Amino acid sequence: MSPEEAVTMPTAGTKLRAEHLDMVFTRDGKSTPVLKDINLQVSVGEFICLVGPSGCGKSTLLNTMGGFLSPTSGTVSIDGEVVHGPDSRRIFVFQERGVFPWLTVEGNIGFGLFKLSRSEREQRLAHYVKMVGLQGFEEAYPSELSGGMKQRLEVARALAVDPDMLYMDEPFGALDSITRLTMRGELLRIWQAERKTIVFVTHDIDEAVQLADRVVVMSARPAVIQQIVNIDMPHPRDISSPRYLELRDGILQQIGLAHKI
Amino acid sequence: MNSLAEPHPWEKLLWPLLASGLLLVAWYYSVRWTGTKIFPSPLQVEKGMVELFHKNVLWSDIGSSLRRVAIGFGAATVLGIPMGLTLGWYPALNQVVNPVMQILRPISPIAWIPVAIIFFGVGDNSATFLIFLGAFFPIVVACVNGVSNVPSVYRRAGRNFGLAPTQLLARVVFPAALPQIIVGLRLALGIAWLVVVAAEMVAVDSGLGYLVIDSRNSGKRYDLVVAAMLMIGVIGLALDLGFRRLETIKSIRWGFGNES
Repeated sequence: MSPEEAVTMPTAGTKLRAEHLDMVFTRDGKSTPVLKDINLQVSVGEFICLVGPSGCGKSTLLNTMGGFLSPTSGTVSIDGEVVHGPDSRRIFVFQERGVFPWLTVEGNIGFGLFKLSRSEREQRLAHYVKMVGLQGFEEAYPSELSGGMKQRLEVARALAVDPDMLYMDEPFGALDSITRLTMRGELLRIWQAERKTIVFVTHDIDEAVQLADRVVVMSARPAVIQQIVNIDMPHPRDISSPRYLELRDGILQQIGLAHKI
Repeated sequence: MNSLAEPHPWEKLLWPLLASGLLLVAWYYSVRWTGTKIFPSPLQVEKGMVELFHKNVLWSDIGSSLRRVAIGFGAATVLGIPMGLTLGWYPALNQVVNPVMQILRPISPIAWIPVAIIFFGVGDNSATFLIFLGAFFPIVVACVNGVSNVPSVYRRAGRNFGLAPTQLLARVVFPAALPQIIVGLRLALGIAWLVVVAAEMVAVDSGLGYLVIDSRNSGKRYDLVVAAMLMIGVIGLALDLGFRRLETIKSIRWGFGNES
């Protein structure tokens, strides 16, 4: 292998690499820089949370990684290949608004499985219905489900196509606080079972510290990466331990918020 | 009983019946007190209705009207839905076609009668063409709006799962737009039923519209005129109620906001 090739080869274990990402939105002749020189590497199987002030460009970064937006300059590559558009190996999970209201639970989970044989499809369906605890609701329509159930349904639909990455854009933002806590536990359980690489946007710093391997703290617009915090705590995490509080307060300070109201 | 309580089933039936009863009484006495010899009383209309049923013309007239609506409305559906979906799917194309459509749309199909007669002559085809015109535009407009109102989150999800454009249209955009399309179809069917009566007064010699105008022309039989009018109302209502049942199908019902 020549030295030049060695440079372009992804580091072993690197899933996603964002290099010198810049994003400028132009509207009515005015240009607004949103992302500025973002460099980030995500390892295979890693759980990354993006946090930052509201409107800073977290979602823009996520959409760029997911291929739904093209960066003004710079590249996103996954497994060494430059991303040019969305791909069923990498599924976006929205707030529960993303489930299809005209399909049943089974119809939704099976939505992306059109290339599989019937028996394979049914096997996957049964597996993921069970994994997200929707047994008995296979024939139900989303309008008959609670917010938390719809969110689980959307996660199941994403997992059913066996992607190697999940992009999650404030997925639990619309849920009540108790359901949100349960969903975090569920997501961790699923992540530990399936070992997907997850990039998760949230504005909730506690959520980030509870879930992530690393928390990427972004600045206000134009967003740069201000700091990347390693969360060196094994799961399940004790959210009243001194280490947890130390990490959380460190991030709050980074964003410029005191944690006393 | 407070005002939020659900009315009893018998109440739901009682008040509308009472209202119709009062209307019949008012009609009856207006005819009596004014002493009109032209306008029929409810009893005369009832006799007229029986006479129509006995003469067997009624069934064939109803059949003719329904057949014309089925053909005109059917053609409008078959052509209008693909056209509306296409225009909604390609906004650039819609910008080209939309101005022409917006000019044609407010023209009452009745105004097209002379033109229809030039194209199709006096006869069935003219009537069907007018019904088609009346139903076509509401269907196209409903489809265009339905498609452009599909939340982008659904399209994105569809693309994310690797759907090709035609699959995206069939599996995401069409079902997402369907509730709005159904509303457009229902509106169009209502218009089709209005237009068939008008068209039959001019272009043909069968159907409920012809029955109305013929009853007047051949001997000023206003009892038959009003009987035919009532028949038109009842069938129109039945068509609408039948169509409304579509809105309760589960894969469509989500679009009609009256659920939890």
